[in-house]
Amino acid sequence: MIPANFNYHKVTSVKEAIALSTELGEEAKYMSGGHSLLPMMKLRFATPEHIIDISKIEGLSYIKEDGDMLKIGAMTTQTEMEHNDLLKENYPIMGDAIWLTADPSVRNVGTLGGNIAHGDAANDQPALMLAMRATVVAEGADGTKSIPIDEFFHGFYMTALEPSDVLTEIQIPKAKKGSGGAYVKIERKVGDYATAGVAVHVELDDNGVCQQIGIGLTNVSAVPMRLERGEEVLRGQTITDELIAQVGKIASEDCEPESDLRGSEAYKRSVVDTITKRMLNKALERARQ
Amino acid sequence: MFKCKTSPEVGGMGHSVKRKEDARFLHGKGNYVDDVKLPGQLMMVMVRSPYAYAKIKSINKEKALAIPGVLAVITGYDLKEFNLHWMPTLLSDTQMVLPTDTVMHQSQEVCAVIATDRYIAVDGAEAVEVDYEPMKALVDPYKALDDDAPLLRPDKEGQEDNQIYHWEKGDRAKTDDVIAKADVVVKERVYLPRIHVASIETCGCNASYDKDTKKLTVYLTTQAPHAIRTIVALVAGHVGLSEEKIRVIAPDIGGGFGGKVPVYPAYVVAIAATFLIGKPVKWIEDRSENLVNGFARDYHMDCELAATKDGKIQAFKVSTLADHGYTDSSANPSKFPTGMFSICTGSYDYEHAFAELDAVYTNKAPGGVAYRCSFRVTEAVHAIERMVDKLAAEIKMDPAEIRFKNFIKKEQFPYASPLGWNYDSGDYKQTLEKAMEMIGYDDYKKEQAEKRAQGKLMGIGICTFTEVVGAGPSKDFDILGIAMFDSAEIRVHPTGKALARFGTKSQGQGHETTYAQILAEELGIPYTDIEIDEGDTDTAPYGLGTYASRSTPTAGAAAAMAARKLKDKGRKIAAHLLEVSEEDIEWEVGKYFVKGAPEKSKTIQDVAFAAYTNIPPGMEPGFEATHYYDPPNLTFPNGAYICVVEVEEETGAIDVKRFVAIDDCGNVINPMIVEGQVHGGLTQGIAPAMYEGIVYDDEGNVLNGTLMDYLVPTAVESPHWETGHTITPSPHHPLGAKGVAESPTVGAPPAIANAIIDALYPLGIKHLDIPITPDKVWDAIQVAKAKA
Amino acid sequence: MGKHNVTMTINGESVTAEVDSRLLLVHFIRENLDLTGTHIGCDTSNCGACTIMLDGKSIKSCTYLTVRADGANITTIEGVAAEGTNSHLQQAFHDQHGLHCGFCTPGMIIRSMDLLKTNPNPTEEEIRWGISGNLCRCTGYNNIVKSVQQAATEMAKEKEASV
Repeated sequence: MIPANFNYHKVTSVKEAIALSTELGEEAKYMSGGHSLLPMMKLRFATPEHIIDISKIEGLSYIKEDGDMLKIGAMTTQTEMEHNDLLKENYPIMGDAIWLTADPSVRNVGTLGGNIAHGDAANDQPALMLAMRATVVAEGADGTKSIPIDEFFHGFYMTALEPSDVLTEIQIPKAKKGSGGAYVKIERKVGDYATAGVAVHVELDDNGVCQQIGIGLTNVSAVPMRLERGEEVLRGQTITDELIAQVGKIASEDCEPESDLRGSEAYKRSVVDTITKRMLNKALERARQ
Repeated sequence: MFKCKTSPEVGGMGHSVKRKEDARFLHGKGNYVDDVKLPGQLMMVMVRSPYAYAKIKSINKEKALAIPGVLAVITGYDLKEFNLHWMPTLLSDTQMVLPTDTVMHQSQEVCAVIATDRYIAVDGAEAVEVDYEPMKALVDPYKALDDDAPLLRPDKEGQEDNQIYHWEKGDRAKTDDVIAKADVVVKERVYLPRIHVASIETCGCNASYDKDTKKLTVYLTTQAPHAIRTIVALVAGHVGLSEEKIRVIAPDIGGGFGGKVPVYPAYVVAIAATFLIGKPVKWIEDRSENLVNGFARDYHMDCELAATKDGKIQAFKVSTLADHGYTDSSANPSKFPTGMFSICTGSYDYEHAFAELDAVYTNKAPGGVAYRCSFRVTEAVHAIERMVDKLAAEIKMDPAEIRFKNFIKKEQFPYASPLGWNYDSGDYKQTLEKAMEMIGYDDYKKEQAEKRAQGKLMGIGICTFTEVVGAGPSKDFDILGIAMFDSAEIRVHPTGKALARFGTKSQGQGHETTYAQILAEELGIPYTDIEIDEGDTDTAPYGLGTYASRSTPTAGAAAAMAARKLKDKGRKIAAHLLEVSEEDIEWEVGKYFVKGAPEKSKTIQDVAFAAYTNIPPGMEPGFEATHYYDPPNLTFPNGAYICVVEVEEETGAIDVKRFVAIDDCGNVINPMIVEGQVHGGLTQGIAPAMYEGIVYDDEGNVLNGTLMDYLVPTAVESPHWETGHTITPSPHHPLGAKGVAESPTVGAPPAIANAIIDALYPLGIKHLDIPITPDKVWDAIQVAKAKA
Repeated sequence: MGKHNVTMTINGESVTAEVDSRLLLVHFIRENLDLTGTHIGCDTSNCGACTIMLDGKSIKSCTYLTVRADGANITTIEGVAAEGTNSHLQQAFHDQHGLHCGFCTPGMIIRSMDLLKTNPNPTEEEIRWGISGNLCRCTGYNNIVKSVQQAATEMAKEKEASV
């Protein structure tokens, strides 16, 4: 399996990337870690004429809290996130997801930005971003834009990014006291894309009432999916087992899985119910710590 | 247990010496086929069919040939000029090398592109334009014999339907009669799915023909280099390839498992290409080509097991439908179209059995690979072991108890099985007892009862299998008429060091160590002083190769026999050196001594030196021996495996809590290597039990043709294996050994399946076909609940 | 299309070459540099036979463009230890029978080096997850786990001795 011919261009700044992409037009693709794009090129599902390598752009690899935001540079690798103390301490949902994503050698190369920008509902990070209400920051020909995650995923491999936009940063509301998140996916074997995955982020007030809740689903719809109807049930409520069961049921109803090698539609709906409940409980447990 | 006769330094049988072959692999110096780069090297890439069944209307080479560096596009018509577009299979069928008019399965080779470079060859293959006229593919083997099924092989004279052959063994009438009158009869259709060996190294070759010397050298991923040489000579003799001018070299092999026994069409194309071009042509399969072509299993088995109400088995009947794809390319011994399937009566003593099989054509890839099992033993063992468990459940008897009740007893060996095998030795009771003790069977039974009371799903599965390996005695076993002996040739050098060559070929089994240990055992020369060489037909003695766990039973025996010839010659030399008569010389490992005067002795090294320097008058100089070993019988390794699982009802998730494997492979040459072989085979057993299976859609497309979707277990899926041994030596093998590597692949799937089904039994689930995946379990639970 | 000059350090030696945009790093290593210890098993970054160390991290060289490795420091299995010597991992794989056919072994060793660097004292579960991107079809993994454990112990001893 060998990719078709293309021209490779290395850029060292976001400006340079945008200028080059604008010049080369639609036949140019950005490559960050390359672990989503290059396999498609090797299978010749993708045959871009130009590859613009943005992995060498300096300054896009960082994890920091700034004001009331957690900011992660788009070129941060999944391995860097896995071993980051701040994420381990305050954002355990990240570790949940990264541990289940591909394998360590792939995570050494694969970036957070790439995982999101690929627009693939089978990737794990989109569900987390939906649950955590992330904002995607991108630079484009028309300047910097901040895209709320709810407006980011448009379709199968399609996002709000223009072809020349470079995803530069992910912003996530900083973890507060009383907040917690959790992610799990059912996979056929370790490193597989999800049969179904669920990310939950919850924020409780001092009385244990749910102030904020985000639920994102992996690979049970064409586009990464937020479970809004389920969130509404919980927001402003003291979360009980009954409510959790109700949300699990909603998740199984609202997701849009298809029967395939990973299982029947009915099976997937059932496991979405189960793991939604489990992740709600796990997120609550973390929030209450 | 086995007592070592030699010191650890000599390293004969029973010593877990470290492997001699490791150093090159640990430092990246292994030499696999794709590592061989020859002067003027060309690369070949196959164009493959996207359709399962289609007419080829045209092949346009022009755009491919226009690419700089593309030298040739070879089609079936090009080969037809040399009558090389078809080749015979080992079982008297025919297989296309390249098609002229029809493709019969998805991913079939359509034509070959030869280029100066791998990348250019791939571009060339992309540029070839093939115009297909797709036809409705025959995918379901149960529809192959329908009146309206398309006749897939009109090219075969006299072929009027899609049946390849009917085979049967045993007494149908008597078996039917016993079944009709039995207290209890359990029935099930047991399917063993199509799977792939998926060795981490794919298949490939590097063929090089010298137009001046007329010599063809082929580096090949093959488990049987000599057989391939003879096949090439037979298939291509008419174009001028003569067997003495053909050299097949199997370099290091990155896992074989049976998948590197067949002759794949691309090998023949590469040989044809180098023959025409006169430059070396290399073809290396990519993973998708590998997974979609060649297969193992694919047996649909209708089983009936009859017993008395207290669990004494009386008769077993199995009627099988075998899906062979578009040709029967099974690499079986000639007289065994279904391999050793008739071992299906298992480890149990009863009188009546009948097995029959119908093999049919479909629009799928051919294969019939004996995947880490001695030709269809896995299928046979799965059938009987599932049925014994089903019977136990039906009459509410403990699965261990029913096995004890029916085992062939130790004193019954040699045992004539109802379908004609002569089991050499075994102590099945002891082996199962050991497994039960090691895992703590009774405690798990109690725990299971408690868990069931709480509504939890826990299962305990047993498999007590009998293997049949080491093909085989020449009166029954041949490939293309060549008897299935194997060979060893030993040369002891003047300094007492040795080189030994064999007709087999290791693919990771550790022959360079274990063969040296056999010779160390017999001759007392330290195993570190003995080099082992295999795989080059110009230097190694003729042999049938390594598969079907036959290396130890055949070539290992040949090594012992050749060593004994040397020892006999050495005795004469020692007598000469010690100036006594030959009758006065005695042997203990490593030295000859004078009877009654042990201080008067000569080491094997002294004797070797004398064989070149101080030869007894009239004796032929040198210290070499060769032996071709024709085994008197097969060997019958056996084992008892127990698996404990928990199943989560909500998600169908299966957790393998424990797995204990007790193997009886007779005397053990290297316990470390035997244990390693068992570990590996067990992981290849859990693979089809829970993860792997080639999936086709209704059009005959393979849906999981990459390692993204063909789920080879990682270290996470693979449980921590627990192993142990019992030893009942083979009475007819010179070393008492039996062969081991395939037992775990055969024994693990039914143990795991039995455990999972045992867990689900309280829900009313009585059978599931492998692979038993969480979604399949979940679906079955929903069906069972709906019924209840 | 698109030729590029690249310079990188491979097993301690500087290498300069002109390569095509699309040349995969694994082919550059195997075919241009004749370092054939790095293998190809799946083409889809599932099997790990092509694993090499790039700037101190294990990566799958079948899914990496050679041009992107310009300036990188690469170690392949051939550079893991001086000729005639074994690293702790190589020795442990030998001692524990952690290899059969040897095809996955180079990738498995490189991956384990990275694992032990980030986690010098891994549990059995962490080892199993840590090598989950490297498939072995021969060993059943038991002995690979033991090999990594032995190497971890030996490396810890060595570290203690040097303190």
